[in-house]
Amino acid sequence: MKTLMLGNEAVARGLYEAGCCFVSSYPGTPSTEITECAAKYEELYAEWAPNEKVALEAAFGACLTGKRSFCAMKHVGLNVAADPLFTISYTGVNAGLVIGVADDAGMHSSQNEQDSRHYAKAAKIPMLEPSDSAEALSFAKLAYELSEEYDTAVLIKMCTRVSHSQSVVEPGERMLPAQKKYEKNPAKYIMMPANAKKRHPVVEARTKALTAWAETAKINRVEKGEDMSLGIVTSSTCYQYVKEAFGDTYPVLKLGMIWPMPEQKIRDFAASVDKLAVVEELDGFIEAHCKNLGLSVLGKELFSDIGELSQNLVKEKLGGKVQTGDSLEENIPARPPVMCAGCPHRSIFYVLKKLNLTVLGDIGCYTLGAVAPLGAIDTTICMGASVSGLHGFVKAGDEESAGRSVAVIGDSTFIHSGVTGLINIAYNESNATVIILDNSITGMTGHQQNPTTGYNLKGDPCTKIDLETLCHAVGIRRVRVVDPYDMEVCEAAVREELAANEPSVIISRRPCALLKYVKHPGPICSDTEKCKGCKACMNIGCPAISMVDGKAKIDATLCVGCGVCEQLCKFGALGCKEA
Amino acid sequence: METKNIMIVGVGGQGTLLASKLLGRLLLGKGFDVKVSEVHGMSQRGGSVVTYVRWGDRVFSPIIDKGQADCILSFELLEAARYTEFLKPGGRIIVNSQQINPMPVIAGMAAYPENLEEKMRALGINVDALDALALAEEAGSSKAVNLVLMGRLAKHFEFTDEEWMDTIEHSVPPKFLELNKKAFALGQSAS
Repeated sequence: MKTLMLGNEAVARGLYEAGCCFVSSYPGTPSTEITECAAKYEELYAEWAPNEKVALEAAFGACLTGKRSFCAMKHVGLNVAADPLFTISYTGVNAGLVIGVADDAGMHSSQNEQDSRHYAKAAKIPMLEPSDSAEALSFAKLAYELSEEYDTAVLIKMCTRVSHSQSVVEPGERMLPAQKKYEKNPAKYIMMPANAKKRHPVVEARTKALTAWAETAKINRVEKGEDMSLGIVTSSTCYQYVKEAFGDTYPVLKLGMIWPMPEQKIRDFAASVDKLAVVEELDGFIEAHCKNLGLSVLGKELFSDIGELSQNLVKEKLGGKVQTGDSLEENIPARPPVMCAGCPHRSIFYVLKKLNLTVLGDIGCYTLGAVAPLGAIDTTICMGASVSGLHGFVKAGDEESAGRSVAVIGDSTFIHSGVTGLINIAYNESNATVIILDNSITGMTGHQQNPTTGYNLKGDPCTKIDLETLCHAVGIRRVRVVDPYDMEVCEAAVREELAANEPSVIISRRPCALLKYVKHPGPICSDTEKCKGCKACMNIGCPAISMVDGKAKIDATLCVGCGVCEQLCKFGALGCKEA
Repeated sequence: METKNIMIVGVGGQGTLLASKLLGRLLLGKGFDVKVSEVHGMSQRGGSVVTYVRWGDRVFSPIIDKGQADCILSFELLEAARYTEFLKPGGRIIVNSQQINPMPVIAGMAAYPENLEEKMRALGINVDALDALALAEEAGSSKAVNLVLMGRLAKHFEFTDEEWMDTIEHSVPPKFLELNKKAFALGQSAS
C-alpha cells in the first residue's frame, strides 16, 4: 500500500526490508530519524552509540558476524567516523555494511556546510544518492547488494531536503539473506602494513569494477528531452529541482551513484547534446569529474557553491524566466530560534555573562547562549572542542585566563567527545573549569537518550553512566553539582571553582523543560504596580517575558514558572500566581 | 492537473507539523502524488518554521519557491507577512491574527510591524484572518489552533467534510478527537 514517508523513515524501511539486523548511530540533524524509525522494527537491534566513530566500529563488528548492519550520522559525524571509514575501505565486509550520512546544505541545523561526497572519493567507498523517499528505500536495499557483491561498505548520502521530505513509497516485505559465517581471515581483517599493502590494490580494483557497474546501472539513467541544445547532469534533490523547472524539455543524466561515477556514459550523454550543464549543491563534485574527462561543462560558474539550490534558481540560471510574488515594503523582524521558556541553560549563561567570562562553547541547544541578549559564548567549533579548547586556552594564556574562562558542554556531547578533553585537562594539569550542562537528554536533535540518561534507544532502562564518578575517575577531584534555577548558588560555585588552584567540573543539572515527565509549577504573572520597568528581567532572553506599556508582561501560554526571572527582579514584581 | 502548493508557516512549537501530516494523509487518500517538506532541528525552538505541501499528478521538487504558493496557511501574523513573495498572483493567505513577538522585538532591537493585514491586502493578496487562538480556546484547548486553521483551509478547498473527518480520526489520539473536531468546525464556520 502506498504511504507517505520521510526520506529518513524510508531508509529505515529499506534497512528492514533488506534484512538488516544491527543499527548503531549517534543522533544528528538531519539524520536522526533513520535510526529512530529503525528502532521501531522489532526484528532490528538499534542503539545510540556515544559517538559516530564508536557507532561505525560497532556496525563493522556486527557485519563481521555475518549479519547486515548499518550506522547513520550527519555530515560532521562522518568526520568523527572517518578514521575507521578509511580502513574499513581496505578490509571490506563480511555481511553488508551500509553507512548513512546526511548533509545540511543551507546549514539549517549545523556548524558547517561540508560536502560529504568527497569522503566517498577519498576513502574509495561507493556512495549512493537518493532523490526522494522511494529511492531512499530502494537504494538502501541496493546498497546491501553492492556491499556484499563488491566486498565494500557503501555510503548512502542524504541531505536535508531528502531526509526531511515526505513522499510516496510502496513498502515491501522483509527478506532475510542467508546468514554468512564469521571466518578468521587475518590477511583481510588485520590492517598492519604487510596486509594493508596487499589490500590497497584490491581497493583500487574494486573502484574499477564499480565504475564498470556504474556504466550500465539503472540508477544512473538518461531521461530523454525534447530540446538537445542543453543536457543536464544532476543527482539528489537537485534532480527534482531540474525536473520541476524544465519538465521533459532537456535531456537529463540522473546519477544515483555519485561515487564512482561512470565515464563512457557521461561522454555519450555529453556527445548527444550541444551544451552540458551540471546542477549540484555545494562543491562542483560531478563537474570536476566531467572536467577530468576533458568535457566542457557549465557548473559552478552558474550555480553557487554556497547554500541550497531551488527550482527557481535552476530555471533562472539556465535561461528560464521566473516570476515571484510581492514582498511587503516593511522591515520584518527575524525570528531566530531561542532557548525555550524554562530552559535550564538560560540562567547559567546569565551568570557567566554577569561574571564577564570567556566561554568556550560546544554543540547543542546551549549554543543558543551565544545570541542576544545572553551573548555569553566565545567559540563553537565541534563536539568536544569546548573542553579541549579550554585546556589550550588556559595553558597557553596568562594566569588571568585560567580564572576568567570556562567551557560549557552538554551531557550527551560530553560523553561524545568531551571526556577525552577532560582527561587531557587532568593528565596535563591545566587549571580549567568545565561546566557540564546536564539536561538529562540529547536536546537539540529532539530528545534522544544517551549513556547518562539511564534509558536506551528503545526506551528500556539500562546502565546509567554517572557523570560525577566518571569525572572523578579521570582524575578531577573537584566535582560539584548545582541546580541552574538557583542563580545565587550557581554564581558562588563558578566563582569558587575559578578561584580553586586545580581543575574542576561543575555539573549544572536539571532536565530539559520540554521533557514530558518534567512537572513545572505553572505560569507566574507580573504585578504591574510593583514593576518599575527597569527591564532587568529582559536580560535573560526568555520568550515568555515582554515589555508592554513599559511594564513586564508574562505570556502564560509559554511560562512554566521556573522562577529565574523572579530572582532578577529587585521589586518583587514577578512571581505572583495567576488567579 | 497543475501541482497545487500550500505553505504552512508559524513559530516552532505551534503544531504546524500535525497540520501538514493531516493534509498529506488526506491528499494521498485522494490518489494524488504528494510531497511534504519540513525542517527539523535547531529552527524548532521558537524560530520561524515552514512546511511545504505539494500535490498533483506528479510532484518533483519537495519545496515551494517564490511565486508558487496557491495558499499560505499562517499560524502567526508576522510569519504570514514574511512569506508573501512566495504567493502566486491571486494567491490566498489564511492567517491566525495572533501575534507572537520574536526575540529581537522582545529584546527591544526591533518593532513588531503594525497593520500587517491591511498591508498584505494592499498588495492584492486575498487575506482571510481569524483569531484561531480564541476559537481553539472556545473548542477547549489553546493547543487546537492547528485544527481551527485546518477547518478554515477546508473552506477554500474542494475536499468533502467526510474526507476531512476521516483524516482527523486517523491522525489524532481518540481522547482528543471531539476537541479537534470541534476546533475544525469552529474554524470552518467562523466569520
